[in-house]
Amino acid sequence: MRNISEAIKRFDFDEKIEGRAQYAADLKDRQMLYVKTLRSEKARAKIMSIKYPPLSPGYFIVDYRDIPGENRLPLVFEDQPFLAVDRVNYIGEPILLVVGPVKKKILAIMQEIRVDYQELTPILNIAEARQRQEDFIFEGKSCFVEYEYEKGDITEVKKKAWRVVEDEFRTGYQEQAYLETQAIVAAVEDQRITVCGSIQCPYYIKEALRQALGWPEERIRVKQLPTGGGFGGKEEFPSLVAVHAALAALKAHKPVQLVYDRQEDISCSTKRHPAVIRLKSYLDDRQRITGREIEVMTDAGAYAGLSSVVLQRMIFSVGGVYNIENLKIRGQAYATNNVVSGAFRGFGGPQAFFAMEMHMENIARALHMEALALKRGYFLRKGDTSTTGGKLQSDIKLAEIVEKIDKISGYSRKRRDYDAADGGFRGIGCSVFFHGCGFTGSGEQEIIKPKVRLRKYRDNTVQICVSSSEIGQGCLTTLRKIVAQVLEIPVEQVQYDYPDSDICPDSGPTVASRTVMIVGKLLYDCARKVKARWQEGEFTVDQAYVYPGHLQWDNEHFRGNAYPEYSWGANVVEVAVDPLTYEVKVLGTWAVYDIGTPIDEKIVKGQIDGGMAQGLGYGCLEVLESHGGRLRQNNFTNYAIPTAVDFPATESGLIDNPYEYGPFGARGLGELSLVGAAPALAAAVQQAIGRRVRQIPLTPEYIMELMDDED
Amino acid sequence: MKIKLSFRLNGESITLATEPLKRLLDLLRDQLELTGTKEGCGEGECGACAVLIDDRLMNACLVPAAVLEGKNIITIEGYRTTAQFKILKSCFEKAGAVQCGFCTPGMLLAAEALLRQKPKPTAEEVRAGLAGNLCRCTGYNMIVEAVLLAAKEGEGLWSTPVGL
Ligand code: FES
Ligand code: FES
Repeated sequence: MRNISEAIKRFDFDEKIEGRAQYAADLKDRQMLYVKTLRSEKARAKIMSIKYPPLSPGYFIVDYRDIPGENRLPLVFEDQPFLAVDRVNYIGEPILLVVGPVKKKILAIMQEIRVDYQELTPILNIAEARQRQEDFIFEGKSCFVEYEYEKGDITEVKKKAWRVVEDEFRTGYQEQAYLETQAIVAAVEDQRITVCGSIQCPYYIKEALRQALGWPEERIRVKQLPTGGGFGGKEEFPSLVAVHAALAALKAHKPVQLVYDRQEDISCSTKRHPAVIRLKSYLDDRQRITGREIEVMTDAGAYAGLSSVVLQRMIFSVGGVYNIENLKIRGQAYATNNVVSGAFRGFGGPQAFFAMEMHMENIARALHMEALALKRGYFLRKGDTSTTGGKLQSDIKLAEIVEKIDKISGYSRKRRDYDAADGGFRGIGCSVFFHGCGFTGSGEQEIIKPKVRLRKYRDNTVQICVSSSEIGQGCLTTLRKIVAQVLEIPVEQVQYDYPDSDICPDSGPTVASRTVMIVGKLLYDCARKVKARWQEGEFTVDQAYVYPGHLQWDNEHFRGNAYPEYSWGANVVEVAVDPLTYEVKVLGTWAVYDIGTPIDEKIVKGQIDGGMAQGLGYGCLEVLESHGGRLRQNNFTNYAIPTAVDFPATESGLIDNPYEYGPFGARGLGELSLVGAAPALAAAVQQAIGRRVRQIPLTPEYIMELMDDED
Repeated sequence: MKIKLSFRLNGESITLATEPLKRLLDLLRDQLELTGTKEGCGEGECGACAVLIDDRLMNACLVPAAVLEGKNIITIEGYRTTAQFKILKSCFEKAGAVQCGFCTPGMLLAAEALLRQKPKPTAEEVRAGLAGNLCRCTGYNMIVEAVLLAAKEGEGLWSTPVGL
């Protein structure tokens, strides 16, 4: 048997490099109509009236009255309409659709539609939401959700505290900036609707269509097409796009194509949550950290979306990789009249680890210690409990991880040298972090209930039927490898196509670093059953998820194992800050991870490199700000994502630590690689400029402010 | 108003009628049904729509049809039949330079333009040469590696015409 980690050629490689892969916008059909979305121009308003121009034959308007089912997006809270009825809550909220054969004419019709608004006083940020006494957006409250949990006895710790270190950090929006914009094609045929497109979660879309159309499941088919990147941006948002496309196809009785242009995509799709994080650490007379109080606030935007789940991940991550016995952690997701915040690779982790890692930097400075030396003293170990009191049952090799990264990056030596040079506008920083793999708590069992299916054919080929989507991360290849390895057959004998809800059971969404670890493990178990029956000819085996007996979770009180398992990592970033322009130049980046067994080393490296670039972009390049409820940046000129010249290559390594319950020992990776970049970068900049960094992104303007401030 | 245009596309002579301001990108994708050229931004910022016009890398979303008269245009559909493509393809595979694939056709044509100008580029030169092509998935390192490898494995190839 070959080593499963050994890289093989990706199954989607040929069609992509040859330009043959058909993304949603590439589908052509003479009948096909185009759809454009008319959106709110106001952050908060009542819609008083809408005036339409006369429509030429073949053109249609679709509004909320065309929704045969319920006008509510089925997510955690059902507060968001597919199309606005009589009020709008953010700039960019969809009001109606214009459908027709010629793009230019559609735009002309949109120009002539007059929406008459009566403006209401909007809530434009977290501070305003906190001050507001009445006239809230969501159920008479300022927050969609508010959480609090404790560990140990924080009151006792506070009484005995000898010293307190306090910090407040802020993080900005980040746009996923997948290179292919949101794109869906929909068609109605024989009483059934088929929706195809650029999506991460076929079954989220199926559920949204079921709710919007009021149709039984059998009449709804959802297929993924080659997808030009997702990063969370194609997790919950495409449900809205898909329902719009479906409504248009139903009304026009023709297939339709709904493709966003870049400005529209940046302006109104979901973003990473801006956050304010306050941390207070209590130290005893021996300079030991004995407890912490942490408060996390996010700007969730106008509708609840996935903000509750993102906030949960944030408050379960914000304790960092440290074993602190006494904690009080609070979190609030504020409802504002901004664009809806949502899923983005890391899902609350990047904000949380930025805050905790910088806080540890600051505690170390206060104690005249080197940061990594301080951190090492508190590293979580096997047998410790997490912030939610869940027992950590796998080996945790943080000491080995930081030892390795120190070696390849020269961190300790450079850190000392730069300190001795008193900044000198150069610095190096190290972050240590984890990512919880799979759904939060017992979500895999309670909410997702994933299923996988393998079909064995007479010719000894095996077909994988799962809803996991290929969004560039390589699952068309990695999941095949897992099945082939169990069956001991050549990987070419395993078939696996882009998911189609007519063929694939719901294996859950392609999110939460769960595809290899959770879906891959189900396939692993399923393949073993197939193997046992190999001689039987043609048959099908299903495998359903069972919550592992070694885990437990109390969702009411947030007690127990917040995640089925964790992946671990450390990043080092070295920078030079230009003393005149204050531009940050990244000189080197290093990364070491424990992801258990890598299922394909090349795919793993791709995830590591790509996550690092996105994380560095988050840390110093990607400025996205809302003013008066309108995002100031709306294209690739004013919203700058990393180019090939911005950052040097990442030197990375893995720690060998197979995970007992993962397929061939694998844990999750997809998000981990983004989480630690910004804090390592920020720590480096802090050393370089000798000033406290309190927010990201670290733009030259912000650094200049810091330099002026404390001079 | 439509104008008549003649140009070479992927080695073939073409004459067609189109609006003078139509973007080359739409001409390719809608009228000629060549969808390998992608639209990532429509504003000249991402390079997903990159094509070669008389050997120069251009963003097809910024090129109006009217300027194409007599030009020689190469898109991924033509480029994929060339010897140069073959080398780049094998090096992209070896380096693991493709993820979602949406930037890939543009990236390949950018690599072609770069290697034609600098057959033995340094890593920095490769980065500079690809700076107009955004990729959100790879962080670029594996693409840079692929192009450096292609320069080595395809030595001499980039001084010969693409054969279209
Ligand atoms: S689509 Fe032409 S440069 Fe982005
Ligand atoms: S591979 Fe996805 S944008 Fe480059």
